[in-house]
Amino acid sequence: MKLRYAALAFALTAVAGPALAQSPKSGGTLSFAVSAEPPNYDCHAQSSFAFIHPVRPHYSTLLKFDGPNYPQVTGDLAESWTISPDGLTFTFKLRKGVKFHDGSAFTSEDIRATYDRLRNPSEGVRSLRVESYRDIASIETPDAHTVVFKLSKPNASMLANFASPWDCVYSAAKLKEDPKFPERNILGTGPFTFVEHQAGSHWVGRKFNDYFEPGKPYLDGYRSVFMRGAAMVNALSAGQVLAEFRGHSPADRDRLVQALGDRAVVLESPWVCSLVVSFNTSKKPFDDARVRRALSLAIDRWAGAEALQRIALVRHVGGVLRPGYELATGNDDLAKLPGFSRDIKASREEARRLLKEAGVEKLNFKLTNRNVAMPYTPVGVFLIDQWRQIGLNVEHEQLETRLYLAAQQRGNPTYDAALDFNCDFMDEPNLQLMKYVSADRSALNYSGHTDRKLDNLFDQQSGELDKAKRKAIVAEFEKHLLEEAYVIPTIWWHRIIVLHKELKGWDMMPSHYVGQDLTNVWLDR
Amino acid sequence: MLRYISQRLLMMIPTLLGVAILVFLMLRMMGGDPVEVMLRGEGANVSQEIIEAERVRLGLDQPVPVQFAKWLGGMMTGDFGVSMWTGKPVAQEIASRLQLSLQVAVMATILAVLIAIPLGTLSALYKDSWIDHLVRVISIAGLAVPSFWLGMIIILTLLTLFHWHPPVMFTPFFENPRENLSQLIWPALAVGYRYSAVATRMMRSTLLEVLQEDYIRTARAKGVFERLVVIRHALRNALLPVVTVVGLEFAFLIGGLVVTEQVFNLNGIGKLFVEAVSRSDFTMVQALVLLVASFFIIINFVIDLLYAWLDPRIRYR
Repeated sequence: MKLRYAALAFALTAVAGPALAQSPKSGGTLSFAVSAEPPNYDCHAQSSFAFIHPVRPHYSTLLKFDGPNYPQVTGDLAESWTISPDGLTFTFKLRKGVKFHDGSAFTSEDIRATYDRLRNPSEGVRSLRVESYRDIASIETPDAHTVVFKLSKPNASMLANFASPWDCVYSAAKLKEDPKFPERNILGTGPFTFVEHQAGSHWVGRKFNDYFEPGKPYLDGYRSVFMRGAAMVNALSAGQVLAEFRGHSPADRDRLVQALGDRAVVLESPWVCSLVVSFNTSKKPFDDARVRRALSLAIDRWAGAEALQRIALVRHVGGVLRPGYELATGNDDLAKLPGFSRDIKASREEARRLLKEAGVEKLNFKLTNRNVAMPYTPVGVFLIDQWRQIGLNVEHEQLETRLYLAAQQRGNPTYDAALDFNCDFMDEPNLQLMKYVSADRSALNYSGHTDRKLDNLFDQQSGELDKAKRKAIVAEFEKHLLEEAYVIPTIWWHRIIVLHKELKGWDMMPSHYVGQDLTNVWLDR
Repeated sequence: MLRYISQRLLMMIPTLLGVAILVFLMLRMMGGDPVEVMLRGEGANVSQEIIEAERVRLGLDQPVPVQFAKWLGGMMTGDFGVSMWTGKPVAQEIASRLQLSLQVAVMATILAVLIAIPLGTLSALYKDSWIDHLVRVISIAGLAVPSFWLGMIIILTLLTLFHWHPPVMFTPFFENPRENLSQLIWPALAVGYRYSAVATRMMRSTLLEVLQEDYIRTARAKGVFERLVVIRHALRNALLPVVTVVGLEFAFLIGGLVVTEQVFNLNGIGKLFVEAVSRSDFTMVQALVLLVASFFIIINFVIDLLYAWLDPRIRYR
């Protein structure tokens, strides 16, 4: 049965290829589902897809990812750019004739005000991107359509950072009047203007007729409907909404394909999201690297990925970076690292030996997990099963978010081991590796460890502009991390999107945070 | 009667105050930090300074008695505070959802009453006949079947047989009655069925009791038509407990349809309740608990007044 659906889906996906060559049609309103909703309207203070999916179409960014050619970036408000040979100066030439939705003109001052707010927010303003732009020393605007970023040191991720979907460009004039203006107001240069937000129900945008790309957007408008679970799958089946852009489980995919038949298009790709296990290094015996390494060695990631992909949205075995990304360790080299050997028997023997040496052969502990079904529950159950193979008794404790976070509270963590996620908007070591650096360097470090070797390697790779050298440094980082095993990667996610076939022009990328401006989306009706 | 009414209204105040204290304290004893949920729940790289600044902004750094006094003081002036999650006034967030929840509750109640009273009466009048057995099976099924499950079956049936799904967004009744009813009739049916089952069984058992009373025997002996005996004499007395059941169920519907709202994607109070709890949005949860408590108190009060109307022997002083 499942093979039949897979074949059908493949056929449908194959059909989608040539269909992209059609001429886009203008008109229509796209309805799509979003399973959560934004708490406020400020891009700079958000980190959830629940914000991106309804709000992103109102804004432009300096750069954006080139959908069909990810991870290449293309200009959004920037028309062109140059980077100095030393990597310290980024000069952007901005588009001319761009307007905000209130008719005011966009200039380089708006870029400066936006990035000043991102890297150095004023009192009462919250920016979650301060760390990303710490290396920016100054921002200059020699004329109304040129902006120059000067860095204090080279940063290999800086160009891609400018394509961050969270860097919505705000009006300098509005920020000057009120630095918190974007929290409650939408005013961008994006393809859609804001119409309505009915809390708990929906979000509506309308085509911006003065958008800077002639002829675009193709849609007259869009409507994000806040819904989740079975209600969302039912609405998709009935065509009440045409898409959900985060991702479906394999079971939901199959159900939708069955319901929609030839009206469904299934798109799948690896996802810049992984599940990791953090060990509470302030608690015995997890302060012992032998114990942590043993727990990592016990996990058969290869078999687990093979089995779990049928029921969960995990599929790919990888280390600290997404498998398939150019800087990630390939499978052959990965198999030589602790915890990734294909000889699970030998790995588990080594695990038992380490535990015996550490004096905790019959260790009992709790795995703290979120009470979110997909993919946390199946992966949690899998891990417990793997640890049982080496004689350990592990309790699965699934908590709602506030208690889960409380258990990991920095300064006073009470958990033993916790299953956590690591999702980002792009493949980038400066983002993915933040999970693993020392606790005094990273707010994402819940294991509480301090490891200056990891910190130094992180800094080295951050400033290394040569890709081959950077890859080597990241590989060294990964090897050391897996030996110490403060936080261990498990399995990377797999993104499954089911669209109605009339929805065209949307590009699948390995992140659910990008490609959501809807500029190129059209309805084939 | 007026004295009774004013006494009951005054009694609401200490009751609600007790509820307010309980919910306020319980939320703070529950564990978890709403600021952590808000800022770190999605894996954001947020420094401790930002978290502390947010706690100060929300007043969570204040001692609990100070927080309570501030909140209570605001309530006295009609300010229910702002949502810790959205920053919008709590009253505004609730009001936008209350209309839908109230409409579903009213529709379910009307359906339940329209089903329960005739069926319960027939079941009592034709006790132990096939009519009675049929009604009892229907009502037991209604008690056994969860309303959210029935809702899912309704949706799947509509999808499978008619390739149709109710509208996913709420349209107010006076804006477009057809669109409104095409969305809300289904959850009202799913909920109303269970609701009617409770009321049907209550109607049946109380009517059976009343039909054994002396005054019923007297009315029959006097030659009064059976229909008049039932409607004018028996039903009115049998309705008292049924009114209680219907009223309490109505109050429950206001905030208690969490799963049904998820199934039908209804933007109601139940959904808001769950979201507020999972986000540790203290101000929202507090306001919602008080809202539901107020509904229960008011509906109990209305039931008591209805008692006096239904039974002239009942007089309040």
